[in-house]
Amino acid sequence: MSAGSSSATALDGARLDLALALHEQMVRIRRFEERVAELFAAGELPGFVHLSIGQESVAVGVIDLLRESDYITATHRGHGHIIAKGARFHPMIAELMGRATGYCRGKGGSMHIFDVGLGVLGANGILGAGQPIAVGAAFSARLQGRDDVAVTFFGEGASAQGAVHEAMNLAAVWRAPVVFVAEVNGFAELTPYDVHVPIPSLAARGAAYGIPATVVDGLDVLAVRDAAEGCIARAREGGGPSLLEVRTLRWHGHYEGDPQRYRDPAELARRADVDPIAHLVLALREAGVPDDRIASAAERADADLDVAVATARADPLPAPEDALDHVYATPIEPRR
Amino acid sequence: MPELKYYAAVQQALAEELRRDPSTILLGEDIGAPGGIYAETRGLQDEFGAERVLDVPAGELGFLGAAVGCALTGLRPIVEISFADFFPVCMDQLVNQAAKVRYMSGGQASVPLTVVSFGGGGLNAGPQHSGTYEAWLGSMPGLKVVTPATPGDVKGLLKSAIRDDDPVIVLLHKGLLQMREDVPDDGDRTLPLGRAEIRRPGEHVTLVAWSGGVRRALSAADDLAARGIEAEVVDLRSIQPLDVATVVDSVCRTHRLVVVQETIGFSGIGAEVVAEVTRQAFDYLDAPIERVAPPFTPVPFSPPLERFHLPEPADIARCAEELVTT
Repeated sequence: MSAGSSSATALDGARLDLALALHEQMVRIRRFEERVAELFAAGELPGFVHLSIGQESVAVGVIDLLRESDYITATHRGHGHIIAKGARFHPMIAELMGRATGYCRGKGGSMHIFDVGLGVLGANGILGAGQPIAVGAAFSARLQGRDDVAVTFFGEGASAQGAVHEAMNLAAVWRAPVVFVAEVNGFAELTPYDVHVPIPSLAARGAAYGIPATVVDGLDVLAVRDAAEGCIARAREGGGPSLLEVRTLRWHGHYEGDPQRYRDPAELARRADVDPIAHLVLALREAGVPDDRIASAAERADADLDVAVATARADPLPAPEDALDHVYATPIEPRR
Repeated sequence: MPELKYYAAVQQALAEELRRDPSTILLGEDIGAPGGIYAETRGLQDEFGAERVLDVPAGELGFLGAAVGCALTGLRPIVEISFADFFPVCMDQLVNQAAKVRYMSGGQASVPLTVVSFGGGGLNAGPQHSGTYEAWLGSMPGLKVVTPATPGDVKGLLKSAIRDDDPVIVLLHKGLLQMREDVPDDGDRTLPLGRAEIRRPGEHVTLVAWSGGVRRALSAADDLAARGIEAEVVDLRSIQPLDVATVVDSVCRTHRLVVVQETIGFSGIGAEVVAEVTRQAFDYLDAPIERVAPPFTPVPFSPPLERFHLPEPADIARCAEELVTT
């Protein structure tokens, strides 16, 4: 499929406004991730990072439908999910740099960014850990009389985890207002889909739990959003859980610096054909949106990033003894 | 004061806290309509409804994880893991999620979760239904671990655990379920977490124990008393945090220490006690510190094998007597 070939319906009116908003969000994620890649290559980020370039339509298409009070759990490749939920650049960059001003005060890093106020119940370094947590959050909201929902992202790698099965089973038993989003990007770490998934589509597993499942191509963010709309409405209206599989492609390695010797160069060359941003830009152009207006989204994201990076660079590192804080809410002092 | 059995103290503490705080929920296998496999949740679903007292599908990893999600979003879940040997099944959610969320979120998130579980041997339940896991769980920063040895402690410590804003593991002992004790009928009575208790005063030797080991140590102390040796029995009650000061105070008076445990000695709580007592009270010790602990094997099934595995009061008394008389 080549970029632009599936823009079946012309964008106009509210649909055009929506497309522009989704474009803005996807570009924010893309520019953030590209900046993180630069900072990592320059040696400014300790540890390691996993980037979601090429997969922006999944986070944006789904999370655009959520309210601030709704919950998400993100993956180890979770920057995009968290940005789409409304997270600010500065505390994210500061956390990646290990600064005291980071979202987690330097205690978590890239894989553990939380923003509890925005309903971000954590990225997670453990495959399959976010799904049971999301089921609990969804159940909890309902029990407390709120119509908030939870959306939980996982990849085909995590789909092999027993915890994902347990979460789907429990969600179905409880009819919990949760949407499982399988973000199929072609790989579990360094291993391609066909090696570890025995069926062509994860959506087939929905039937095993009695929950509806849909597959959508991540090339088209509007299609992703349309597919997610039914899932989220179903959850919010008491219809229970559902499974949404989005087919996408991971552009970078598992981690930054991954030499990717396991990848076919032809597949890497295919990236431009499955770029959800380029695909949407073609549709915006067809709808008559001027190029400079399209380009301005990246300019706004870059301006925000410039401020975030400059601020984070000047921010203090944590004091070493800050490592002792936040183990317990109510520490118990030893008896003297 | 009314008499209360150990298992009924669990039920009473749960009922009082579910009544007191509408944000509490209880989930586990067979705890709803069946009333729990130890009758420890009898009547709770009738009183609080199936939305707050939930029978969940087997799958400790899934339902413990769901409880973490509940705890992050305004509820105070209480989870029952019916046998402590099932902890290994759900260790990721306990260790990587519940225990670490506060820390790795930089203090943003709280996990006010209580996990109640039943461990311990002596019932011929076999290698996968007799284990005790306080050493594993107590070594995880972010978790608090208590080990009530009496009905009164069950009630007081379980209530404190439920009210605490951190994940607290309440490790109960299956061998103590029918133990009786007079317990004040006071819904506001709680016991502080992290405090040891002297169960019996004595001047010649200190016996440190917890959970099912306390009963064995007290029995040994009776035997020793008949031979003119007064043993002081310290019940740790809490594993994390560990009340070292109470143990050190006792050893400074008795000058001798025996640690009694139903869990294997290697990397156990006794090792931690010994290290701290050696450091803090070295000059007060008149004899080497001893540990009476099971051999390095799983808990066996057949009655003679299991009796051999667990420390008998006679073993404890013999060990203490040797310290005092040599």
